[in-house]
Amino acid sequence: MISHFLNLEWKQYFRSAHWQKSIGIKIAMVLFALYFIVCFLAIGVFGYYILKKKMPETDPLVLVNSFLLYAFLGDLIFRYLMQKLPVMNIKPLLILPIRKSKLVHYVLAKSAVSFFNIFSLFFYIPFAVVLIKEGYNTVGVLGWLLAIILMIQFANFLNFLINKNNVALGTMVLILLSLIGLQKFNIYNVTAFGGQIFDAIYASPVYALLGVVLVAVLYQLNYKQLRSLVYLDEAVSEKVVEANSADLSFADKLGDVAPFIKNDIRLIWRNKRTKTVFLMSFLFLFYGLIFFTQQTYREMPAMLMFASLFVTGGFALNYGQFIPAWDSAHYKMLMSQSFKYRKFLDSKWILMVVVTAAMYILSIPYLYFGIDIFLMITAGAIFNIGFNSLFLLFSGSFNRKKIDLNKSGFGNTQGTSATQFIIIIPLMLFPMLIFWLTDKFLGGYWGFIVVAAIGVISLLCKKYVMNFIEQKYIENKYVMINAFGKEA
Amino acid sequence: MITIENISKKYGKAAVLNVASVAIPKGQSFGLVGNNGAGKTTLFNILLDLIRPTTGKITNNNIVVNESEDWKNFTGSFIDESFLISYLTPEEYFDFVGDLRGMSKADVKSFIAQFDEFFNDEIIGKNKYLRDLSKGNQKKAGIVAAMMGNPEVVILDEPFANLDPTTQIRLKQIIKTLTENRAITVLISSHDLTHVTEVCERIVVLDKGVVVKDIETSPETLEELESYFAL
Repeated sequence: MISHFLNLEWKQYFRSAHWQKSIGIKIAMVLFALYFIVCFLAIGVFGYYILKKKMPETDPLVLVNSFLLYAFLGDLIFRYLMQKLPVMNIKPLLILPIRKSKLVHYVLAKSAVSFFNIFSLFFYIPFAVVLIKEGYNTVGVLGWLLAIILMIQFANFLNFLINKNNVALGTMVLILLSLIGLQKFNIYNVTAFGGQIFDAIYASPVYALLGVVLVAVLYQLNYKQLRSLVYLDEAVSEKVVEANSADLSFADKLGDVAPFIKNDIRLIWRNKRTKTVFLMSFLFLFYGLIFFTQQTYREMPAMLMFASLFVTGGFALNYGQFIPAWDSAHYKMLMSQSFKYRKFLDSKWILMVVVTAAMYILSIPYLYFGIDIFLMITAGAIFNIGFNSLFLLFSGSFNRKKIDLNKSGFGNTQGTSATQFIIIIPLMLFPMLIFWLTDKFLGGYWGFIVVAAIGVISLLCKKYVMNFIEQKYIENKYVMINAFGKEA
Repeated sequence: MITIENISKKYGKAAVLNVASVAIPKGQSFGLVGNNGAGKTTLFNILLDLIRPTTGKITNNNIVVNESEDWKNFTGSFIDESFLISYLTPEEYFDFVGDLRGMSKADVKSFIAQFDEFFNDEIIGKNKYLRDLSKGNQKKAGIVAAMMGNPEVVILDEPFANLDPTTQIRLKQIIKTLTENRAITVLISSHDLTHVTEVCERIVVLDKGVVVKDIETSPETLEELESYFAL
């Protein structure tokens, strides 16, 4: 039976739509994963020495231990948002002669070796190896490592227990915040307490076995909960969300593009992937914080421009690059209706412009970093509205990949093709280059002025550009219909 | 073979199924008819222990379906395409199901060979994953898989939907052969009155979850059903 399960797992992985992508994306994704793995490995290997050098008076192990509690809680929140039990996979097995208990064990055991549990080991294992090499007690370090692995598994199973419960998430965030608070205002030394647990395990590794008990208990609880839910109308069901029909009549003022706008708003709000894109664009608002707070970037105006473009452009970039693939599922239907293609494109354009403008208003607090930064964001916003929104529509006419809206948003590359990589050049690199050149050779505010001017000029030419884009879409109509009809 | 006792299913306050008592003897071909939302699929799902009833119990060959899972060994079923493993080829899927039902690879091969005509060269040897087959072809694969491993009970939800006319006729023939020597009990739900009356010796009509008719098929049955549903 186990070999069956493993066999299915293997086939599922390598036959997933993931692998049937073009070779370029595969390479890009592998490189991306490798990059992270190498980063983690490097921190694991060199972390010890770096800590030793920076803080010679504290033991690096003790230092790492003191933060493990936070790592654990952070991990838990991260999992809560990203990791779901893959229960749907067992649906076809339900009507076959396999015991339900076996299916539940399979689902749970599978989760134990998920990506989420493996990734951080790329840091912990090399770190442990270095510790042993540096003369730490081997048994102690191994016990410590076991405790870490158990901690990760603990988080894994705890997550599934509380996954369906918003109160649980709230409690978790609250605990995390109050721990930070206690630490910050010197009421209670949480870091030290968390550290002591792991220090103690290093000192007497037998304690790590307590972790085994904890994980076993959680596993049992999970088993019980899940076993009672292996029914079509419970865990195995795809949640039927009650349709929310918000009143969108305000959009009617927009005239004949209104039906499309309304449709797009519903599209975004009612599908996982688009919703993620929409919500993520708010995260991009904070992107600037990474760049504007660091002195290194302060001296690299091109990078600041990059960040500024992202602050307001998160939505336009992420949503716009997949136009019209968002409508791929019903593209045939759309094409069989009588409407002017222009209206369809206009509605997408309005959507990108409105959201970008809203992001710009929300970015006003960046004034805190000085007027120059805010001017840069302003220039970026104008560029996004004027140039990028039109360019994204244009590049959309090259989209040939279907998107299944119901697949989750995070890390979903469905619909991605070489187009998405190539368009980054004019969208981001072009304004960065312009800004860098004008800033370097003209100085003053010329950088902002030129970037903003390109945006304004594009906006003024909108009518002509749109004519051209519309023509492009009409030309490509049949190719797109054909491509969108294929399984993604 | 199968007895249904006081089965009801409620979602919140909405009752979707309420069947007092139905007994299906061994070897019967049993047809379940009803409009959308009548509870046909719900009843089959409960019968397969895929959802739990609010009250009552169903026994399959004296095994209460939600207490023991032993009935799975002699019950084959196909509900809809979402029960196929979409990333397998049909051959792999048959091998997989056959394996679970104690058939060797050769058994599976010879079993599948009987259905060459039914498959009409569209399933086997096409090098396609199940997810890339048309709805009708997916259905064919699912129906055949449900008959693997000498089941005593075969449950098919809407087997005729999505099939082309030729296949529908062949399927009817297959179902008739199944129940010929009264060893296999077949349960079928359908919207198509002509098909069910043709293959089933007994027809139960569900309306809003309640049994409103339970008739032994006779030459007049089709007319009776048509006049019932015409209202």
